[in-house]
Amino acid sequence: MLAFILRRIGQSAFVILAMAALVFLSVFAIGNPIDILLAPDADQIEREQAIVRLGLDKPMWEQFFVFLVNMLHGDLGRSFVHGSDAVHLILGRLPATLELAIVALFLAALVGVPLGVIAGMKSDTWVGRSIMTGSIVGFSLPNFWFGIMMILLFAVELQWLPSGGRGPTGTLFGLEFSLLNPAGWPNLIMPAMTLAIYKVSLVIRLACAGTREALLQDYVRFARAKGLSRTRIIGVHVLKNILIPIVTVLGLELGSMIAFAVVTETVFAWPGMGKLLIDSIARLDRPVIVAYLMIVVAMFAMINLIVDILYSVLDPRVRITETAG
Amino acid sequence: MTDAALVTTLPPVETPFRIFVSDFVRNKIAVSALAIIVVLALLAIFAPWVTPQNPYDLTQISIFDNMLKPGEKSMDGKFFLLGSDEQGRDMLSAMIYGLRMSLFVSATATAIALLVGVSMGVTAAYFGGRVDTAIMRLVDLQLSFPAILIALILLAALGKGIDKVILALMLVQWAYYARTVRGNALVERRREYIEAAQCLALPRYIIIFKHLLPNCLPPLIVVATVQVAHAISLEATLSFLGVGVPITEPSLGLLISNGYKYILSGKYWVSVFPGLMLLLTILSINLVGDHLRDVLNPRLKA
Amino acid sequence: MATIAAAAAGLALAIPAQAQELRVGLSAEASALDPHYHNLTPNIQLATQVFERLTDQDANQAPQPMLAESWKALDDKTWEFKLRNGVKFTDGSDFTAQDVIYSFCRVPKVENSPSSFVVATRPVDTMTAPDPFTIRMTTASAYPLMPQTVFSVAIMSAKQAGAPADLKFNKDGCEGVAAWPKTDDFNKLKFAGTGPYKYTQYLPGDRVVMERNDSYWGKKPAWQKVTMRPITQSAARVAALLAGDVDFIENPPIQDLPRIKGNANLDLVQGLSNRVIYLHFNYLDDAPPGVSDSGGKNPFRDKRVREAISLSIDRDAIVSRIMGGVAVAAAEFLPNPLAGTNPGIQPQKPDVDKAKKLLAEAGYPNGFGLTIGTPNDRYINDAQVTQAAAQMMARAGFKVQVDAMTQTTFFAKRTKREFGIWLAGWSADTGEMSNSLRALAGTPDAKTGFGTTNPGGYSNKAMDELLTKALTTVDDTQRNAMLAQASRMTMDDFAVIPLHFEVTVWAFKKGLTYEAQVNQYTRADAIGRK
Repeated sequence: MLAFILRRIGQSAFVILAMAALVFLSVFAIGNPIDILLAPDADQIEREQAIVRLGLDKPMWEQFFVFLVNMLHGDLGRSFVHGSDAVHLILGRLPATLELAIVALFLAALVGVPLGVIAGMKSDTWVGRSIMTGSIVGFSLPNFWFGIMMILLFAVELQWLPSGGRGPTGTLFGLEFSLLNPAGWPNLIMPAMTLAIYKVSLVIRLACAGTREALLQDYVRFARAKGLSRTRIIGVHVLKNILIPIVTVLGLELGSMIAFAVVTETVFAWPGMGKLLIDSIARLDRPVIVAYLMIVVAMFAMINLIVDILYSVLDPRVRITETAG
Repeated sequence: MTDAALVTTLPPVETPFRIFVSDFVRNKIAVSALAIIVVLALLAIFAPWVTPQNPYDLTQISIFDNMLKPGEKSMDGKFFLLGSDEQGRDMLSAMIYGLRMSLFVSATATAIALLVGVSMGVTAAYFGGRVDTAIMRLVDLQLSFPAILIALILLAALGKGIDKVILALMLVQWAYYARTVRGNALVERRREYIEAAQCLALPRYIIIFKHLLPNCLPPLIVVATVQVAHAISLEATLSFLGVGVPITEPSLGLLISNGYKYILSGKYWVSVFPGLMLLLTILSINLVGDHLRDVLNPRLKA
Repeated sequence: MATIAAAAAGLALAIPAQAQELRVGLSAEASALDPHYHNLTPNIQLATQVFERLTDQDANQAPQPMLAESWKALDDKTWEFKLRNGVKFTDGSDFTAQDVIYSFCRVPKVENSPSSFVVATRPVDTMTAPDPFTIRMTTASAYPLMPQTVFSVAIMSAKQAGAPADLKFNKDGCEGVAAWPKTDDFNKLKFAGTGPYKYTQYLPGDRVVMERNDSYWGKKPAWQKVTMRPITQSAARVAALLAGDVDFIENPPIQDLPRIKGNANLDLVQGLSNRVIYLHFNYLDDAPPGVSDSGGKNPFRDKRVREAISLSIDRDAIVSRIMGGVAVAAAEFLPNPLAGTNPGIQPQKPDVDKAKKLLAEAGYPNGFGLTIGTPNDRYINDAQVTQAAAQMMARAGFKVQVDAMTQTTFFAKRTKREFGIWLAGWSADTGEMSNSLRALAGTPDAKTGFGTTNPGGYSNKAMDELLTKALTTVDDTQRNAMLAQASRMTMDDFAVIPLHFEVTVWAFKKGLTYEAQVNQYTRADAIGRK
């Protein structure tokens, strides 16, 4: 068991290292940012000095070596644009992205589970079929276009909601959260819905399949035979059975939500990590791009590691095949 | 299952393909979706002959016709059914050409990815052992990261260009095929007919290509259908984020992105129409894919 | 719901009459709060409100007294600035000559600065303070633009930064300072300025909040609290203004101006800017990229071809049709009455027949193929302007393509000379002609600092000489006459083809006022109340 976990951790470390090299080299190819950073009337002398200040004069392998050494110290470099520590810069934007992702997850569960259960209960009626076809529409909707259409409807035509940006925030442990300030909620609604739409479809599918399966189980049949009310059967027996897989899947999806927030944050000018990434790509702020990716890689490697270890604890066969393979 | 299919003694009219077709046509939604796909594909293929204007040709467009409303006429009497964009391009023409671009990019990427993925998957399944472990590790690694991020960084590094978008879409897709094929091939490999072929000492490549591969096709078709829809959506997203196709040859995603600037000024047509076309395309493919899964999945049939 | 929203909007509109708070939507975010960190417009316009300079720029960019009450040239190479008495930093320390020396010392010491203000401190050879309220600077050669140049150097408190009492200016690096202030410490609001506002909150990517400096020496600004929010999407800025999320925005897009004008609750102000949009050529390459059918020659080296291009373009049509009337056709790099311009100079009138004739004379009776490079997200309607120019050129016989791209790609390609002809914009930070001529038309040379934005390598020795002479002439009238002549020489040679000057627009709620700034800056202290 311990050997398996250690080997798995070793693998994760290797993945992170390999990704570091890959990420650094590909980001290096993005281009020289000096033309964008310099004031347009900067002269030749200033240009050369700026290149030296930013360390762009060093050969690539040396820049990579410096990057690797610093990374081992937890330092992923300084932003070319902002001059501050890249990790610090990104983590400063984390609360905005995190609250967006969490609200979206809750929305996905709140909308998806009831619809999915209904679809599962009435799978042979037009209601069930419409819900399932609707979930395919949800899967098919281009995320960014859905966001734009929401802006068109709710911000331009009806003028109910602000078109973008983050509203007033409240402070918790020195971090700013819109959730803590009701005045900031209107700004949160559309981005969270946009981010949630794909997951709603996912939850509907999971809940529907789970419900159909649960309805065939003996304990549900028994409960029915006992004359328990419909609400009670669904509320207690079916829900209990399907919630665990849904919560597990949604938890795993948090990572991909944070990645997908790149699109939503761009549409709604939400000042989170994703917007920072897109801005950094536009300004060729290489250290920030690298740092963002390394943080995401580490996050995913961590999630995968935990999942694998949990599985191996729950299902010993995984360990055996691992050793065999 | 129809009664006819159950009666195995009936003459050989009931080939697997016929059964498949008769199963498929029973779902009206899927059939109409398929019809829409065919129409859209024809539009895209014959774009130069069906559009009122070639939106890539500067001599045919005039900047002074820009941002015309749907149904408006330009000063020299040209009619713009869906309006015009900021460059003065006819929206309808731009959309059909955009669809052409979107479909070309994603179909090409999917085809290449299919080729690469299937080869990798079959190789992994057939040889097993170290080869299998190495390939599948790569697949797992690839699938554990969101496709959007991989493609985004790749394109940011490579720069804009149709070939680069195809490469990026291919790279994020192949792993799905590799995994699907391997999974199926592992099952098929243990079947009697393969063992029989091995006993006959047929060459490996013949076993792989003539016997193993054809039997892995049904699940691959389902995955490929869904993946084409994914690729179209991903390409649109990348173009929206500004790292996709060049702006001189816009895809549907880029058209929407251009219109985004005007949406708050109430000039809805530049982003609404291409978006609807994009949605219609992806939705139709997904509906067909969803139904294909039901039809081709023997477990559900039983 | 709709009625509630309407009521809320009505309420929001009623508030500014009494409110002390102003919310501003900006088109770009400053990259840091350190005023010495990044030589870029969003940073400078924000910093001027907190960290003052020796001189200010008035609405026409002429130098005005700020922390310096007066200045004069003692001789060709010596400038003396008399400092204002009784000015306090917001941390309570007094402003003296020591702070000026410290600030000039720090400019070259900013770590990781992506574009520093050294350009402004480099001409200074020595700097001394004969008394606490006098600064004397000497330069190696005559440097007439010192009052304009010192505007670039923000003054911070030496005491607060822990400077030694006997700090001496040294051109090669001031000594005796243990540690220079870090950019991050500015972002944490640790340092004070003397300006009308002080920073109170900074959320990168989201907002900067400033509060009025109640002990400010000058005119008290109208607002107690100002929130600056970057809203980079121009349409979103307008939407935020319409929805009452902000009170004041800069650069509303042209297509939204009619809507703003038609709204009874909104007002706007527009002013001519110093930014010229121009076409520039590649003179260096024998076969410039994008050029075809030119018989193996570089057609742009032929003045007749350049004149034909200029003649083919209808600038008034671009202004009225593409720019919605919110621009002014340009005849040279800066609009009248800025220093060094030619009074009475007129923009080129289009003449397609003459253009065709010139083209034939130059040996291209059937024209030739060319591709115009252009950014599509840098200047107002940039790609559309290029496309309009291309269509107009096509009528004169050129076979024109447009290659539009995002600004990052564009500027990198321009530096690498990957265009034959391109469209770009230039705004003169000093507000006078020498800045534009040096950058765009001077022969590129690291020693003279000429031609920094002349990658095509235009070279005119006579113009270079006249410009060099003007740059060492201290007398304003004489210098400006020389600059006007140098500008005329450049225009007569069609070295660069100016198209139009952008007009900057600010939109806001009724009841506010703004004095349009030629340098396009948005400054809360210039936003007033009716």
